[in-house]
Amino acid sequence: MTPMVQAQEVCKSFGALHVLKGITLEVGRGEVLCMVGPSGSGKSTFLRCINHLEQVNAGRLYVDGDLIGYRDRGTKLHEMSPRDAAKQRRNIGMVFQHFNLFPHRTALENIIEAPIHVKGVKKDAAVARGKDLLDQVGLSEKANAYPAQLSGGQQQRVAIARALAMNPKLMLFDEPTSALDPELVGEVLGVMKKLATEGMTMVVVTHEMGFAREVANQLVFMDAGVVVESGPPREVLAKPQHERTKAFLSKVL
Amino acid sequence: MTDVDTSSPTSPAAIDAVPLRHPWRWVAAVVIVILVVLFLYGAATNKAFGWDTYAKYLFDKRVTQGAWNTLQLTVYSMVLAIVLGVVLAVMRLSPNPVFRSVSWAYLWIFRGTPVYVQLVFWGLMPTIYKSVQLGVPFGPSFFHLNLQGLSIPFLLAIVGLALNEAAYMAEIIRAGISSVPEGQSEASTALGMSWGMTMRRTVLPQAMRVIIPPTGNEVISMLKTTSLVTAVPYTLDLYGITSREIASRIFEPVPLLLVAATWYLAVTSVLMVGQFYLERYFSRGATRKLTTKQLEALAKAQMGEPHP
Repeated sequence: MTPMVQAQEVCKSFGALHVLKGITLEVGRGEVLCMVGPSGSGKSTFLRCINHLEQVNAGRLYVDGDLIGYRDRGTKLHEMSPRDAAKQRRNIGMVFQHFNLFPHRTALENIIEAPIHVKGVKKDAAVARGKDLLDQVGLSEKANAYPAQLSGGQQQRVAIARALAMNPKLMLFDEPTSALDPELVGEVLGVMKKLATEGMTMVVVTHEMGFAREVANQLVFMDAGVVVESGPPREVLAKPQHERTKAFLSKVL
Repeated sequence: MTDVDTSSPTSPAAIDAVPLRHPWRWVAAVVIVILVVLFLYGAATNKAFGWDTYAKYLFDKRVTQGAWNTLQLTVYSMVLAIVLGVVLAVMRLSPNPVFRSVSWAYLWIFRGTPVYVQLVFWGLMPTIYKSVQLGVPFGPSFFHLNLQGLSIPFLLAIVGLALNEAAYMAEIIRAGISSVPEGQSEASTALGMSWGMTMRRTVLPQAMRVIIPPTGNEVISMLKTTSLVTAVPYTLDLYGITSREIASRIFEPVPLLLVAATWYLAVTSVLMVGQFYLERYFSRGATRKLTTKQLEALAKAQMGEPHP
């Protein structure tokens, strides 16, 4: 079976600035991969490459066997049309550090927006599914609240429900708890943990080492655009092999 | 759940303080009222204002028709300008370089020349282009329209005003679009929305909060700019009727200027009411304050009633 995410020598540069310098990794189906590393190491950029919010400059990135962002026509790669790129993204959910909920829509409206307007799901069905998802993240009471009326943790849980509403096969989390008060971090991690145990494939950029140790199948430590070290989280966290990993972990643990 | 008893007998009495007095506010208000009364008395007794003429013409059939024509000019040209402005703003921000340049060139020309000159040009259009043909260049023609045979100053006035205004609206709308955080379009993109749908469903509705106040300005400004349509020449607007049609015949400009001013003010007031409701609609979700509906639902929940 092909892995869910397969990155081969992925490079990304913004002008002269090389952010990713050849990332190679695999995420199997139902696996959770946690990416850690200092800020500016390219973790978020790599995550954004996976759903083509950023275009890869070199290397290949496959999600569920599909090449991301390009069409492979044998001899040459062709840039993908925006329509096809949008189609690829439908299967990949993304959760942002700053939630990015639509402030002019209620929690429920946020969730049903894409299923109705992108997938063409009937409104009744979308609402039923939306309420179900709100229930799963423990917010059925807040269906009609606007994002500004919710706490950060509640907003992030709505954002997770919104991504799940598209029935993605892969979920990307970009520092989902970094903008939250410490007491609210737990509720979001709880939802993510549940998601992982239900078999969702997840790539998580995080600074929550406890979460990584407990939930992740694979931990990747990145620095300066390269994967410095990777492996089962318990091993990497307990016995880091590389000096940079040791230095970083000594600061965050 | 633990219930906290807030009605304990030892709770302190509500504060009954003497409110802060503001004597200077009263002084200022009295002074202003005296000045206004003096001005009104002066105006009422001054023969030059010609109040009997004012009263005679305020609801004159020609004047009310002129006010109606002005309102129509304003509404039609603004609607056209807003639609075109949205298109131009979206083009200006689009990733497509052809769209970007076309939009830039449009703004350059229509903002860079006076609206009066543009209106004169639109008036001369039937003289410059005597007829319109639709067909293959240098080939057969499928459609032929003789412009000189038409009498369309009203339409030309609307087109002239709208095309000029669209350039200004485009910039207002662009500012509104730019005010929406990037994360919003990113989240929409990540959900698989196309660029157009992201604009329509996510960005523009949020941009409206920023767009509406200056657009209100533009509508009110347009109401008064319609007095320039005499350049087309279209003469049946409010100012044209009061100044040229009536005042210049009876040689009493002041009362008729007051008539025109009264009508302009009245229409502006109506437009401001419309703006108030529009702003309220598009500020959904902008504050943490609960809406009346939500408060009702919460109150009901407190009373132990089931959800609606």
